[in-house]
Amino acid sequence: MLIKRREFLQVGSLATASFMVPKFLKAFETGKAVPPGNKVVVILQLSGGNDGLNTVIPVRNDIYYRSRPKLGIEKTKALSLTDEVGLHPELTAFADAFHNGDLGILNSVGYPNPDRSHFRSMDIWQTASASNEYITSGWIGRYLDAQCNGCGKPTQALEIDDILSLALKGNEANGLAFKDPRRLFGTSNEKFFKDISSQHSDHHEEQPVDYLYKTMAETLSSADYIFKQSKAHPSTAQYPNTNLAKDLQTIASLIYSDINTKVYYVSLGSFDTHINQEQQQQRLFKEMNDAVGAFIKDLKANNRFNDVLFFTFSEFGRRVSQNASGGTDHGTANSMFLIGGGLKEKGIINALPDLNDLDEGDLKYKVDFKNVYATVLNKWLSAEDEKILGKKFDQLKFI
Amino acid sequence: MVPNQLKNQHLMWRAGFGPAADQLEQLQKITPDQLFKALQKASSKKPEYLDATDDYLKGLVRGIQEEGMRKKELDKDEKKNIQQQQRQAIKSLNLLWLENMVDSDQQLREKMAFFWHGHFASRNLNVFFQQQLLDVIRQNALGSFRDLLHEVSKSAAMLNFLNANQNRKDHPNENFAREVMELFTMGRGNYSENDIKEAARAFTGWGANIKGEFVFRKFTHDDGNKTVLGKTGNFDGDNVLDILLEQKQTSSYITQKIYRFFVNDNVDKQKVQWLADRFYKSDYDISKLMEDIFTSDWFYDEKNIGVRIKSPIELMAGIRRILPMKLENEDAQLLVQRVLGQVLFYPPNVAGWPGGKNWIDSSTLMMRMRLPQMFNDTDEFNVKPKADDDQMMGRTDDTKPNVFKGNKTMGKVGKPINAEISWNNYLKSFNSVPREQILLALNNSLLQIKPAYGSAVIDHYADAQNRESYLKTATIQIMSTPEYQMC
Repeated sequence: MLIKRREFLQVGSLATASFMVPKFLKAFETGKAVPPGNKVVVILQLSGGNDGLNTVIPVRNDIYYRSRPKLGIEKTKALSLTDEVGLHPELTAFADAFHNGDLGILNSVGYPNPDRSHFRSMDIWQTASASNEYITSGWIGRYLDAQCNGCGKPTQALEIDDILSLALKGNEANGLAFKDPRRLFGTSNEKFFKDISSQHSDHHEEQPVDYLYKTMAETLSSADYIFKQSKAHPSTAQYPNTNLAKDLQTIASLIYSDINTKVYYVSLGSFDTHINQEQQQQRLFKEMNDAVGAFIKDLKANNRFNDVLFFTFSEFGRRVSQNASGGTDHGTANSMFLIGGGLKEKGIINALPDLNDLDEGDLKYKVDFKNVYATVLNKWLSAEDEKILGKKFDQLKFI
Repeated sequence: MVPNQLKNQHLMWRAGFGPAADQLEQLQKITPDQLFKALQKASSKKPEYLDATDDYLKGLVRGIQEEGMRKKELDKDEKKNIQQQQRQAIKSLNLLWLENMVDSDQQLREKMAFFWHGHFASRNLNVFFQQQLLDVIRQNALGSFRDLLHEVSKSAAMLNFLNANQNRKDHPNENFAREVMELFTMGRGNYSENDIKEAARAFTGWGANIKGEFVFRKFTHDDGNKTVLGKTGNFDGDNVLDILLEQKQTSSYITQKIYRFFVNDNVDKQKVQWLADRFYKSDYDISKLMEDIFTSDWFYDEKNIGVRIKSPIELMAGIRRILPMKLENEDAQLLVQRVLGQVLFYPPNVAGWPGGKNWIDSSTLMMRMRLPQMFNDTDEFNVKPKADDDQMMGRTDDTKPNVFKGNKTMGKVGKPINAEISWNNYLKSFNSVPREQILLALNNSLLQIKPAYGSAVIDHYADAQNRESYLKTATIQIMSTPEYQMC
């Protein structure tokens, strides 16, 4: 019998071919590609300093409305979570997640002696350093250092971007960044790179250039690996046609494959709303909301929602008072969204920021973000948080 | 036995930004000593002030300075306009200095200035302050570290960056005092927290005015006694800097950093000690220290050659020196800097660029190896740098790489780098090389280490139609290897 390849592939996914499919792949037909229990973290970085007070809104706080006569979001417009708390009107999927018990909100997350420069504060969040300390490796990178000793492929932490963030750079191991699994390093010279890579042997003693060859070999093999994995069980759900949505769909596809990735990292921005905050935040939140909403639905349909911990962060929040340009300036502490089927604490996890107790017009932090990291590392990724963060930080109870 | 050509190229990479196309033949003939003397001589002239600001911006800023006292708040549009002009001018300054690194015969001075630019790292959105600090660094790059430290510490860029203006009697801000000790002079672990507190008191009253001039504000200065590193007196900031320079540790710390940057990341403690002692005795004569390094035999030891990963700026300047080119779209170089992780005037923090293996991850390595093809217009720039919100100040990114989307069939339009390489001088230097030795000659000129790949792979990807096309395409392929990242 001669079956043309294309036809075979078409029927292949139907029951006709089920007798040819190995048992372990059959699991996929019941919605389980990789058996549950393989926990992953998905991090969404809101770059530029998202305005937390117009995200999680204290709808009964007079100080909030007095400080923001123009920018304050009215109680009737906000999506009501509780009597006291509303969400930005665009965040419908987050509100749904809240009511379904899939969302936790951590308020006033920050760090001592906050820095108001984007770059510096982002470094502090990404390296998990103190504000007067300069570290050249990221917290996820150091997770890789600790976990990934000797693993051949740097795919344990992936960033959906052209450039790798400091967060994913370790002292020994690095994560890997890619924008599109089909076009990892879309270059006409790719074959040349493969050829020189294959000629390099690592028999001789370790020279500095060997590190480059090692990185190149890992990169090329990971590129193939990621591409294959992304095709193994691609997400077929409906996603909006935005960058973030595409990125999250790529992540979903990889989650359904048996790739070894534990941490996914993706960014959205710019939330640096000094001027015309209303339109800009609204536009970005629409992209975030629709993408995350589709992602949650997709994960649930594939029975993997319990294995995913999704969280957002931003390098800082913004000042309590609006400025004169229809925007807000750089502030300090901020809220974080936590989403997943494995949350032990849901809803509004801790008190809203106290607007009566400000530090020169800025929120005081109540939760150090390093406590969040320690919790995620230890409880979700079963890693040695103390070793990775360089210090013991108390764990929170949300997972 | 290391051949002179390799030694000379080693010197050009470390004491400059790599060999230039028109130098290649000469580098086979002279000795490293002769070459170093020539580099020294070329760098002995006083450098020109690099000014990237135009009359329009100068006028705007002068206006503010003159009105400064009377008019407290600028209106929004004025402010926005000035910020945008400033940002644009910092980009121009970046390209202007990069141009100097490529073209200037003061290679030693520019390389040294590049080192100090990372050592005295400062971010500042005021281009006039940046220019002033760059000038301080370039003027003193090969002079006395004592003068350099004092002048940098009094520059508006550094004073503002490290919050000196907020350091007042009764409300000391320790940022400046801490970084001066930790990063600029002694290094961590050689002073106490109390030394920082006391030094911060001595620095109170230091600041810069709106014109960028240093001012000493007597009324905010704490003129009580301070005790810093065991010495007590009514010190001011200059006194504290001198106390720091008195410490032999300062000489050791600076020398070690210089050794790691110019010689080898793996420190030979004895060599550093020897250098540091002489640096201290010369009262911090930078020129003498560099001469000690570049004229010593061990600098040319095999173990010190080709072991350093080029920084992105060194990589780019190096390519442009060996393949002189006209760039239609100079701004593309800024994108490359962002993608590879080193933008002049935007160090990651006050500690500067960490360097070494830190430059390398999957994305940056692949980008580095694609760069020669991009300059040669045989690859396209389809990588998007991350946004820098400090630079953008809430605006959308005006260097969107989408602008550069294009493909070969679109011709030159939309290409990011649009480079026109002048191959003549480069090709000429291989004129006398027999055909069968060309590849060896190319490897020897372009690489500081023996390649791991065989000649077959280059031949496979080179265009052997004629001698010239072979030379060109083989050159681009050799530059697209891990080996070329090393110097």
